[in-house]
Amino acid sequence: MSRLIGEPLPRVDAPLKVTGRATYAAEHRLPDLAHAVIISAAVGKGRILEIDSRRALGEPGVLAVISHLNTARLPYRPHKGWIDPTVGERLHVLQDDFVRHWGQPVAVVVAETLEQAEHASHLVGIRYEAEAPSFTVPDGESIEPQGGYPANYSRGDADQALATAEHRVDCTYLIPRENHNPIEPHATIAQWDGQRLTVWDKTQFPTNVAEELAAVFGLERANVHLICPFVGGAFGTSLRTWPHTTLAALAARHVGRPVKLVLTRKQMYFGTGYRPETWQRVRLGAHSTGELTALKHEGIAETSRYEHYIEGLLNAPRFMYSCPHVTTSYRLVPQDVHTPTYMRAPGAASGMFALECAMDELAHELRIDPVELRLRNEPKIDESRNVPFSSRSLVQCLRTGAERIRWHRRRAEPGALREGHWLVGLGVASATYHTLRNTASARVRLRPDGTAVIETAAADMGPGTYTSLTQIACDELGLPPEKVQVVIGDSNLPRVPPHGGSQTLSSVGSAVLAACLAARSARQERAHSGAIAGSEIVATETSQPGDATKRYSMHAFGAVFAEVMVDVDLGIVRLAHMVGVYAAGRIVNPRLAHSQAIGGMVGGVGMALLEETHIDRRDGRITNANLAEYLVPTNADIPVFDAVFLDEHDPHVNPLGVKGIGELSYVGVAAAIANAVFNATGKRIRDLPITLEKLL
Amino acid sequence: MDSATTSQVQLTVNGKPVTLELDTRTSLLDMLREHLGLTGTKKGCNQGACGACTVLVNNRSVNACLTLAAMCQGASVTTIEGISENGRLHPLQEAFIRHDAMQCGYCTPGQIMSGIACIQAGETYSAHAVREFMSGNLCRCGAYQNIVAAVLEVAEQAGGRR
Amino acid sequence: MMPFAFQRATALADAFAAAANRGRYVAGGTTLVDLMREGVETPERLVDINALPLHEIRLRPDHLEIGALARMAQVAANADVMRLYPAISQALLLSASAQLRNMASMGGNLLQRTRCPYFRDVTSACNKREPGSGCPARDGVNRLHAILGTSEHCVATHASDVAVALVALDASVRIASPEGERRIPLEQFYRVPGDTPHIEHVLRPGELIVAIEVPAGPHTEQSTYVKVRDRQSYEFAVTSAAVALAVDDGRILDARVAAGGVATVPWRMRHVEAALIGQPLSASTFRAAARLSVEGAVPLTFNAFKIELLPRTLVRALETLETLAVPAL
Repeated sequence: MSRLIGEPLPRVDAPLKVTGRATYAAEHRLPDLAHAVIISAAVGKGRILEIDSRRALGEPGVLAVISHLNTARLPYRPHKGWIDPTVGERLHVLQDDFVRHWGQPVAVVVAETLEQAEHASHLVGIRYEAEAPSFTVPDGESIEPQGGYPANYSRGDADQALATAEHRVDCTYLIPRENHNPIEPHATIAQWDGQRLTVWDKTQFPTNVAEELAAVFGLERANVHLICPFVGGAFGTSLRTWPHTTLAALAARHVGRPVKLVLTRKQMYFGTGYRPETWQRVRLGAHSTGELTALKHEGIAETSRYEHYIEGLLNAPRFMYSCPHVTTSYRLVPQDVHTPTYMRAPGAASGMFALECAMDELAHELRIDPVELRLRNEPKIDESRNVPFSSRSLVQCLRTGAERIRWHRRRAEPGALREGHWLVGLGVASATYHTLRNTASARVRLRPDGTAVIETAAADMGPGTYTSLTQIACDELGLPPEKVQVVIGDSNLPRVPPHGGSQTLSSVGSAVLAACLAARSARQERAHSGAIAGSEIVATETSQPGDATKRYSMHAFGAVFAEVMVDVDLGIVRLAHMVGVYAAGRIVNPRLAHSQAIGGMVGGVGMALLEETHIDRRDGRITNANLAEYLVPTNADIPVFDAVFLDEHDPHVNPLGVKGIGELSYVGVAAAIANAVFNATGKRIRDLPITLEKLL
Repeated sequence: MDSATTSQVQLTVNGKPVTLELDTRTSLLDMLREHLGLTGTKKGCNQGACGACTVLVNNRSVNACLTLAAMCQGASVTTIEGISENGRLHPLQEAFIRHDAMQCGYCTPGQIMSGIACIQAGETYSAHAVREFMSGNLCRCGAYQNIVAAVLEVAEQAGGRR
Repeated sequence: MMPFAFQRATALADAFAAAANRGRYVAGGTTLVDLMREGVETPERLVDINALPLHEIRLRPDHLEIGALARMAQVAANADVMRLYPAISQALLLSASAQLRNMASMGGNLLQRTRCPYFRDVTSACNKREPGSGCPARDGVNRLHAILGTSEHCVATHASDVAVALVALDASVRIASPEGERRIPLEQFYRVPGDTPHIEHVLRPGELIVAIEVPAGPHTEQSTYVKVRDRQSYEFAVTSAAVALAVDDGRILDARVAAGGVATVPWRMRHVEAALIGQPLSASTFRAAARLSVEGAVPLTFNAFKIELLPRTLVRALETLETLAVPAL
């Protein structure tokens, strides 16, 4: 039987998705379901003085108005779920009269119907004592982040090397807050049966929802069950278990009925995380031949007052290029906001925007082709750790991409290519994302009828977990795809890391591989022993990374090439073409990998040209908390992109040799576009998004 | 004059007659999802800004979230659940699978309904026309180019048959 | 959404009677239902007027008549509109999405409310929504707000694209009430905010727009609508321009110019027209005239760029017509 790994198997859940039969969190049907609506704080900071529920409770169908005034203090046992910030404590919801950020949930209305609950939520009279919230990134008082990534890194003496460098660039980059905006809103259905709680909740981390709810409500972990077979996009926003999930369970317990709670699109901006606003300053020193002599990269990001959200903003500069003198420093400014969270390519998307724009500025300064400049700074090893890369194919990515976009057309002089009123420019950026792998478990059931079931508490927010796990199992078990069923999205299944950071295939795939091997040998054993066939064979295996991470630096690499057209009079930027070349180890399914890569590139277009969460700093209100004014790319914005995967064999990263592409394909896009805009216009736009007024 | 805040609505959904007594506030979208259990039509923004709720009303694509059910008296509504015939997928559903014109799948039913409207409207003479017509359906996973390929392919097949 | 009674009107008389009983007309519902859900609009009774016979588009000898209930998509695709009034068709096709254009009526489009975020948020002050409460947009997030026709009480832009084209082309609206019909030039239909931003137009309670009339003229065929926005589709205008020119032998005989995205109402620019009429069809004519478009403009914190962008938008629209006026050999 031919191997399925590496084959473009059609998405196995596609028939469910194209017929509307894939059921998402809000779509589970239960008898006697009541509807809950959150009331969001209408001040950016302060205290609740009064909650008047009388009018709301007088409305037909209204079952309850729940606030800190009438709900019990919840146990809120300590719980950090891998994705929760190390420092700080999660928001405890409806536990006191404090408002910590605009839009914080302050009450929940439960009614027989959604229409009744929505209307009643407008009738609850809430008086606040408001204070002025502070928004001071980047200039406000900053702190050194604790926990997670080291805040500071240094090798050599970057300051000294900068002072004596033949050539220098010194640039500051600003990236506004961005919201994930998956099309499926967060939603939870909660149902109690005594002390047992079942939730249908949108999540990228099924077991964590059960663990968090157990901790919040003081329940036995085994008594909480999360079910989430489909995730309507997430990009990081469904990694943590946010307050609304607690609120749904709280409301269900309060009214003694199952309750459905769906966030409004507006509420998606007020409590489910975002990519933090960042300020970055990059200083590069180089010889006139292009070799870097110094790199100093500083970053400041927003976080909440109650948690330190930390991401790998400045990880890549440490190993990306060969450079003897490197310093990175990372600070946080606590503000009156809710805690940011991981958003597609967290850290890398922002950090590499700054670094890759700075590299382009250096190339221009030195009159060296930007591709060539990167080639001249290709390191032999990871100089930050003095270990080799498990594999690194950046050079091939750059060369392949240059060929595919016909880089030779590019003129070094900005503004040299023009078609009518369009200025045409080409830009390049490197991409990288670290290869993660964590302990994961999976169970395989070989059924007497010759079919197999794969069970693991993974999730599939779109990249194709169902499909890729099917392919792995098919190859190991020697079965066709129609005989393999993958069951995921259930907290009672074997535990896996969160579905984020591009680690699902590397972690869960390895576990499925191990479980299949175990099941196969159990089957062989049984055959040898002459035991009666007819009962099910069950094998559960846990797969964990070995010590290869100590010996190797593991990252995926890529190169992004953008061709833009800029309207010379109106400042409008259009993508003419984009090529992304990725070396990400083995590609299990080229069809789905291609989809994921072009999707990452589309996301990067949003970051580059459109996305910005507008905060009215007077009170903390978000003024574009919707999909009409928070602009994400439409179909009309996106031409046909070219995503290419290089053949790369990496025996060290994990048994499958996969590196992940979800994050990688988002990295570098904004820089490639900004660099192309410079090539088209001669204008350096260092603050995203690149809106037309910046180019007039 | 009648001041009741409920309203009787008679309409056809996927070819079947339906009569419901509804809160006048009920949107066509909530009628489909909460009252008829037709959850294939998705709620993305509930503000007419994403297109996930696209259905055909009297053969024209609309946002079900901004359509009051009460305004659909006598209308014929087609949802994603109503486009396969005798268990056979609609050609555009098949093309979406072939071109992998989805990732998370949440916008997919709305995309397919808009794609059907696009082909019916003849707005398939160029990729640009398809992209513009389909721009009322946001896809945050970024499957646009595969969606356009699927729509163009089915339009071509349909044209070829004529 | 507040509970409301719902009824369908099948004749104008029914509609008027229902309106008199605190009824609010609804056609497409794309603005009204959205704002009802936000709590901005709180009608006690909705009167569904879709059964009224106001859906036709007719080409009359001296004007185009668009029934108020004709859908945006229907008007945009109408062969007469496309041929004789291209700016109208273009403005419609550059509006909203295919779905919303199928839903929204022409009359409703003219009455759509502003996208100002402070207006749309009932937890915010807003003079338009709550007279006297203040205008947070003046010193708030206001990149998309107006630079023309503003007052200290309101700086919200009018959101309609097609209204800009219609104002440019001297359209009138026919308004019906139990007392009969009246006709008002669209330009006079809208009211700048002044100190009463909550009064947006001259419709009296219970009155209903029944038709839009656009006069014929030598300029309408040479008309176009240019819309500048941040993304390429499904977005309101940052700036826009509707222009029409009658040209003979390289000289501009007549001109119509209006702008959108920059003003509190669709903004007719007669002084720009005057600067075009009689001049040769040339880039310098366009630039000189367009420069006048921002006379008296008052920028806010984040929208001063519109003072530069608006003239460029007008020039682009005029250049588009120039290309049409001089057929390539």
